[in-house]
Amino acid sequence: MTALFDIVLLLLVLAVAFAVVSVRDAQTAVVGFIAFGLLLALAWVRLSSVDVALTEAAIGGGATGVLLLRGIARLRNGKGQPRGRALHIGAATVSAGFAAAIAGAVLHAPDPAPTLAPAAMEHIAALGLGNPVSAVLFGYRALDTLLEKIVVVLALLGVWSLAPDALASGRPDLRGAALPSDTLAFLARTLTPFGLLFGIYLAWTGADHPGGTFQAGAVLAAMWLLVLMAGLREPPETRNRLLRGALMLGPAAFLAAGFAGIWLAGAFLAFPPGAAKPIIVLLEIPLTLSIALALALLVAGPAQRAPR
Amino acid sequence: MMGLLDLFTVVAVAAGAFFFLAGTAGLLRFPDALSRLHALTKADTLGLGLIVLGLLPQAASVSSGLKLALAWLLAQLAAVTASQLIARFALHERRDG
Repeated sequence: MTALFDIVLLLLVLAVAFAVVSVRDAQTAVVGFIAFGLLLALAWVRLSSVDVALTEAAIGGGATGVLLLRGIARLRNGKGQPRGRALHIGAATVSAGFAAAIAGAVLHAPDPAPTLAPAAMEHIAALGLGNPVSAVLFGYRALDTLLEKIVVVLALLGVWSLAPDALASGRPDLRGAALPSDTLAFLARTLTPFGLLFGIYLAWTGADHPGGTFQAGAVLAAMWLLVLMAGLREPPETRNRLLRGALMLGPAAFLAAGFAGIWLAGAFLAFPPGAAKPIIVLLEIPLTLSIALALALLVAGPAQRAPR
Repeated sequence: MMGLLDLFTVVAVAAGAFFFLAGTAGLLRFPDALSRLHALTKADTLGLGLIVLGLLPQAASVSSGLKLALAWLLAQLAAVTASQLIARFALHERRDG
């Protein structure tokens, strides 16, 4: 019975993937891409990777999907040019090459496949964490995680730099993203408290159970975007110092903890024995805040209204 | 006694699945956005409601039963609002076009 479910799921994933690349209309493709993200999340659940599933649903399907939809809306306003056939063929060749390389690597993997899972579990007690994914992210490969958090802020800087000079420090505009309506305002008012609670829970529980900063950040960002799109609040001006400080708070705290590690535990990003878990849980608070702000502002886009 | 509860679960979940199937058929077959939405929301509301109702007797504890009910309520809230928004957009487009 579960084999049947897996086969159907796999066929659905392939069919939706094919639909995404073959439909002509960009909006249909993006809607397909969001559905693809959710199906892929289900596939990760079937592989018992609930952490990856949550990230795929929140970032892969949710955040990326909204970003692409906003991108299409901007292109429709006459700001984009049609692309030539050569670009399509080039993109298809590169993607197909990638897919073939990954398929080759997976199909030719030795049996049993090489794994670092036992090594990850062996030292997990030293960190005091219950979730091996969090142990990898904050313990063994903390440098990667640090750079990941910085990359998100850099991406936001890239988006902000798209604004014309006169508007660059002003407000992004989300008014066109939804028709003004009481219904949306009602949803924003009702759902946001639940979403906030759930987002905070995801960040909190990440140390021992599936969850973590990116998933929590995506949920919190969605709630803020809902409030912004419903018109209950204005998006902040990009020159706002408090906002810029909050965006840097997560990476800055992570860096500070990293340097403190040199002095307390003898290496960059090392945690003193016994204190690893409280430090990691404390770090997750500013990291989640920064990620949530950055994701929401990525969707909000470059400033479109002059600063006042 | 357990047999009766299990039977209830099977019947309710199957009925829920049937409504999802009917809603999907409506989504694919109906001619315009509003009637498709009508089919979809009716199926969603009844389908998910019946599935959650059917799963309630299988819940391991009171708190997991409450979680199921809460998930249903939140899905309801999101689905109902989203369909209102889509309907409004469809009317808006119809008036403009």
